[in-house]
Amino acid sequence: MRRTRIARNILLGIENLLLHKLRSSLTMLGVVFGVGSVVAMLAVGEGASKEAFEQIRKLGSDNIIISAIKSAEEEQTSTQHSHMSIYGLTYDDHARVAESFKNINRTAPVKLMRKDSRLRERAMELRVVGTTPEWFLLVPRERLAGRVLLSSDQEKRSPVVVLTEFGARKLLATESTIGQTVRIGGDQFEIIGIVKSESGQAGNIQIPDQQVDAYISIEVARIYFGDIFTKVTSGSFEREKVELHQIIVQVDKTENVEATAAGIERMLEQFHKKKDYVVSVPLALLKQAEATKRTFNIVLGSIAGISLLVGGIGIMNIMLASVTERTREIGIRRAIGAKRRQIIYQFLIETVVLSTAGGLIGLGVGLLIPLLITYFSGMATVITLNGILLPLFISMGIGILFGLYPAVHAAQVDPIIALRHE
Amino acid sequence: MIVRSHKETNAEIVRLEDAQKIYQMGMQQLHALAGVTVSFKRGSFWAIMGPSGSGKSTMMNILGCLDRLTSGQYLLEGRDVSRLDDDSLSELRLRHLGFVFQSFNLIPQLTVQRNIELPLYYLGWDSARSAQRAEELAEEVGLADRLRHRPAELSGGEMQRVAIARALANDPQIIFADEPTGNLDSATGEQILEVLSKLNKQGKTIIMVTHESNLAAYASSKLHMRDGIIDGIDEDSDEAH
Repeated sequence: MRRTRIARNILLGIENLLLHKLRSSLTMLGVVFGVGSVVAMLAVGEGASKEAFEQIRKLGSDNIIISAIKSAEEEQTSTQHSHMSIYGLTYDDHARVAESFKNINRTAPVKLMRKDSRLRERAMELRVVGTTPEWFLLVPRERLAGRVLLSSDQEKRSPVVVLTEFGARKLLATESTIGQTVRIGGDQFEIIGIVKSESGQAGNIQIPDQQVDAYISIEVARIYFGDIFTKVTSGSFEREKVELHQIIVQVDKTENVEATAAGIERMLEQFHKKKDYVVSVPLALLKQAEATKRTFNIVLGSIAGISLLVGGIGIMNIMLASVTERTREIGIRRAIGAKRRQIIYQFLIETVVLSTAGGLIGLGVGLLIPLLITYFSGMATVITLNGILLPLFISMGIGILFGLYPAVHAAQVDPIIALRHE
Repeated sequence: MIVRSHKETNAEIVRLEDAQKIYQMGMQQLHALAGVTVSFKRGSFWAIMGPSGSGKSTMMNILGCLDRLTSGQYLLEGRDVSRLDDDSLSELRLRHLGFVFQSFNLIPQLTVQRNIELPLYYLGWDSARSAQRAEELAEEVGLADRLRHRPAELSGGEMQRVAIARALANDPQIIFADEPTGNLDSATGEQILEVLSKLNKQGKTIIMVTHESNLAAYASSKLHMRDGIIDGIDEDSDEAH
């Protein structure tokens, strides 16, 4: 009984609004744009932060990445002929980091090399990483075929190689290639497995297996290829001695990450004369991303608030005009016996219907925009339940908030005067 | 349909006791009603007459519970309603009173049916029952074929008959008619008064404000107003039923 009465009131409100279709739709427009922009912006914002979080997750939020960099002085002198730059992380650094901190679960050294390689007829330059089996625990990637490096490979110094998806594609290697021999530099390696690879970047930190083609044991790399690399650039030689390009560290607990990173930083400072390394913490990026998201939400909220406020004022304005226009109707209803609160109720329902309809249309627009954005720019957008419900409830709230004054105004109409109103 | 005992028929339905209505107009006070004492019997048909500014409209508003007295008493069916609040007055109008106005006062966007149903809506009737009642009432005033029309599509006489049907919807004890023929030609006006007479014969108390003495002839009793006081009463004491 009660429910049918509410339904009747809403229907009545809709009927009244339909009497002035153009006016009603123009009035709704403010809320349509308000809600539409909120829904769309929330979806874009959510998508952007989800993408950021995904990248950070790939880096590992408990990891610390120490990377070798060429210091500024080194960069200058290296342009001279027959100069050899010596920089970067050392095997000792790795050992010290691994031993000195009790919060560290595991570490993996990374030695990066570019080597001309050949599989049967196919010759390519590969980016080869010399590392330990720990790598595959630190940077867990799906195994596509075969196996990854084992500690026995390390001990026996077996010339075996694990290809990444990239590397396999370059060499045209497939599952059936496992067990075959690939030539890397001047030496023969047995292909033992293929792993999936990820690419991407979070902030200024590249994910560890970005553009890596192959993994070999670090011991093997050291013995076979040494620490000195020669780069031929536009006719001149550039020689570099770098022992390790990266050390990846996994900390036992998330809350220990920052303290451990600071400790590593302090330790490296003592052993390196030049600042030829950088310590990056993905977790810091995560926190930064969260802070960015918060700021973004505040900005979005303000913009949305303003546009909805403007929409609400538009509704209030029209409802006040409508009350004036319908003074006589109000007088008739009051004379017949309608109570003040029934008049308030009638006008409030009209406003809420108007703003909610605006909210629903705005929702449609707001859902369409992210789809188009994703379609045309490839940017990820995510629509959450909150992103839908929140603007809808807000639009209803706007109807109540901005409808209340005109409705109360309507109820104050004196029936005697209203009935004489022309 | 309406069967009442003789005693009840003659009972007082409306009584004003030294009724005063004072409007503050800037520094001046306007005594729209300057101490009126009068009583109307149930089932009577009153014409309240007088020139404009005589206080007849104020009297009508007071009796119709649309306005409140400044001082004095108003007894409606023996109950003092002069100090009631806005909600209670609305409730009284809703349950006991019906109104017919000079300018019809139909709601233009509603159909005839919905206009007639309006009091029932506020009484909380469900739509099926309301629709049935509206149909009966439309038939009673001879507009059964006009239910789906909007007021703008009707003639003046038809609109006033819709207004009468609406006034009857809540089965009121009293019907107030404020210059009900003011916007109609004399032939149509007479038809409307025939309808009111018929209702009066069915037992409704009718209180009509008019300044046309030929129409006042339909009323059984006449009250003349001047400057906020009663100028003369012309009561048909043996109003026959």
